[in-house]
Amino acid sequence: MNTLFDKIWDSHVVTSVEGGPDQLYIDRHYCHEVTSPQAFNELRERKLNVFRPQKTTCSPDHNIPTLHQDRPIADPVSRNQVETLAQNAREFGLTHYGLGNEKNGIIHVIGPENGLTLPGMTIVCGDSHTSTHGAFGAIAFGIGTSEVAMVLASQCILQPKPKSMRINIEGELSPGVTAKDIALYIIAQMSTGGATGYFVEYAGEAIRALSMEERMTVCNLSIEMGARGGLIAPDETTFNYVKGREFAPKGETWEQALAYWKTLHSDADAVFDREVTFQAADIAPRITYGTNPGMGIAIDEKIPAEETIDESGKISFRRALQYMGFEAGEALLGKKIDYVFLGSCTNGRIEDFRAFAQLVKGHRKAPHVTAWLVPGSQAVARQIRAEGLDNLLAEAGFEIRQPGCSACLAMNEDKVPAGKYAVSTSNRNFEGRQGPGARTILAGPLVAAAAAITGEITDPRTFL
Amino acid sequence: MIEKINIITSSCIPLPQENVDTDQIIPARFLKAVSREGFGENLFRDWRYDKEGKPIADFVLNNPTYSGSILVAGKNFGSGSSREHAAWAIAGYGFRVVVSSFFADIFKNNALNNGVLPVVVTDSFLADLFRHIQANPASTVTVDLAAQTITDNTSGVSEHFEINPYKKNCLLNGYDDIDYLLSKKPDIEAWEISHQ
Repeated sequence: MNTLFDKIWDSHVVTSVEGGPDQLYIDRHYCHEVTSPQAFNELRERKLNVFRPQKTTCSPDHNIPTLHQDRPIADPVSRNQVETLAQNAREFGLTHYGLGNEKNGIIHVIGPENGLTLPGMTIVCGDSHTSTHGAFGAIAFGIGTSEVAMVLASQCILQPKPKSMRINIEGELSPGVTAKDIALYIIAQMSTGGATGYFVEYAGEAIRALSMEERMTVCNLSIEMGARGGLIAPDETTFNYVKGREFAPKGETWEQALAYWKTLHSDADAVFDREVTFQAADIAPRITYGTNPGMGIAIDEKIPAEETIDESGKISFRRALQYMGFEAGEALLGKKIDYVFLGSCTNGRIEDFRAFAQLVKGHRKAPHVTAWLVPGSQAVARQIRAEGLDNLLAEAGFEIRQPGCSACLAMNEDKVPAGKYAVSTSNRNFEGRQGPGARTILAGPLVAAAAAITGEITDPRTFL
Repeated sequence: MIEKINIITSSCIPLPQENVDTDQIIPARFLKAVSREGFGENLFRDWRYDKEGKPIADFVLNNPTYSGSILVAGKNFGSGSSREHAAWAIAGYGFRVVVSSFFADIFKNNALNNGVLPVVVTDSFLADLFRHIQANPASTVTVDLAAQTITDNTSGVSEHFEINPYKKNCLLNGYDDIDYLLSKKPDIEAWEISHQ
């Protein structure tokens, strides 16, 4: 009567602290340049080595430019952070896919595409979107820098076991509705903190029907409702994706792994602390109107009226609308937008580029729109070229930039100017997230594509 | 080692907004440092300073009426990014305690790992506390970690708060998790052998 989560968690507990957290063994640790330097300093201060260097993979992604990656990074502070990661990886003997390396990219994109992320694993990274890897039936979650130091020093962290929740999406998705819309719908229903303290299993017919990349999009956004992470039981879709990838098991080891992976599902009588069911048919293409990912609506809905907001939340609601320049109760269809961002660990994979390209094919980018199309990795960029999507997009007036986190959090030059509206396929619409004063409208790749060609918030179903 | 906490009595800085995310606590463009120091200067940067770097008068940290080592914040404090820089900024500014009715998980862990105590109170305790601070900015709160109590000294009302016993012991004594994990190396190696 175990849940999928219990099975993986319990098998990784090394010891339990009396009345306290579990000491959890970590199978895979991903490392980027922003949240790791202080952890490596701590190792040096305590004269410690990395305990299991082969279990950590490093790739700079947050700070890196998306143009001219062959040149030195212009911002000296960013350059220093990126170089510090390379030096730390060298000093401590870790695998590092640096800028220009054929495997470089957003850490949550390159892990799965190289077969480093596998079912049944425990995976951590100093990054809250580590939940992406839960798509493979792994326990994957974000940690702080002190915890990065713990993993480097001992391959373990101390964690209280979270509560369990299952979210079922039953039925079939309607045309024009993407995995991003599922996630934004769930978050709006649950609210931005509604799953705090829980680890979520996504299940149901609509989840089973998703491709691996779509599952990654759903799991990626688990943290945006406060969940520690989200995971999906592995199945044939998972196994077919993993098979043959560079670091995936091969031959006899593959057969053994597969036999184990097939046991990774919640038992029929498993009990969850909370269970919620939604209908796929209720999900439409979605956008956000406020300054957290839970403040979202179907694209043809109106922003809620203030009377519908809880008393304690009214300050935040008013502040969010003021920041966004929107009115309570207004519709957003037809609103002029300035920027479009396709990319990030949420929607920077090949299927996202295919979806975007398919919709804009035969149209032109609206002249006043600045569009940043940023592949999640070098491998995604190569695939875009191999499929000729770069030419198709160029004909529609779009150019492909080089991989990285880019405008998702604007640590590089890709910043949306103050007051401008960006339709963004990334994961957070917090104040200033895409640049000081930037106004972010979160959406899936189809809504982004429709906005890019009309220059306004547009229902992508009108192009189907 | 982390700084120990036992009993703290202080006036409070109120931030009644809900869902304060870590991008507001410390914006991403200030995450490029490679040390833990200096983040306090940029705590709540874009609420605290305008584009020219001038203090925004109506933001609470710029209001000399309010001071103290306890931050009192609206529900769901610290949501979003896992950046520990948010905890470093709060500690660096001089806060030892954050009081709210709800915290995001990763922020809570990060705070505890940096000697900042997150205290979860009921919605009504929080609402009363905001009212008392507004009426008298000098009103104080006492947090007693050993007893796991928080007292609003204006009303004398006390509440029990929860904290994991292991983390409580760490904060009372200044221990951190790495010390503990390093002492478990034999268990880790044994686990690895049994899970090959």
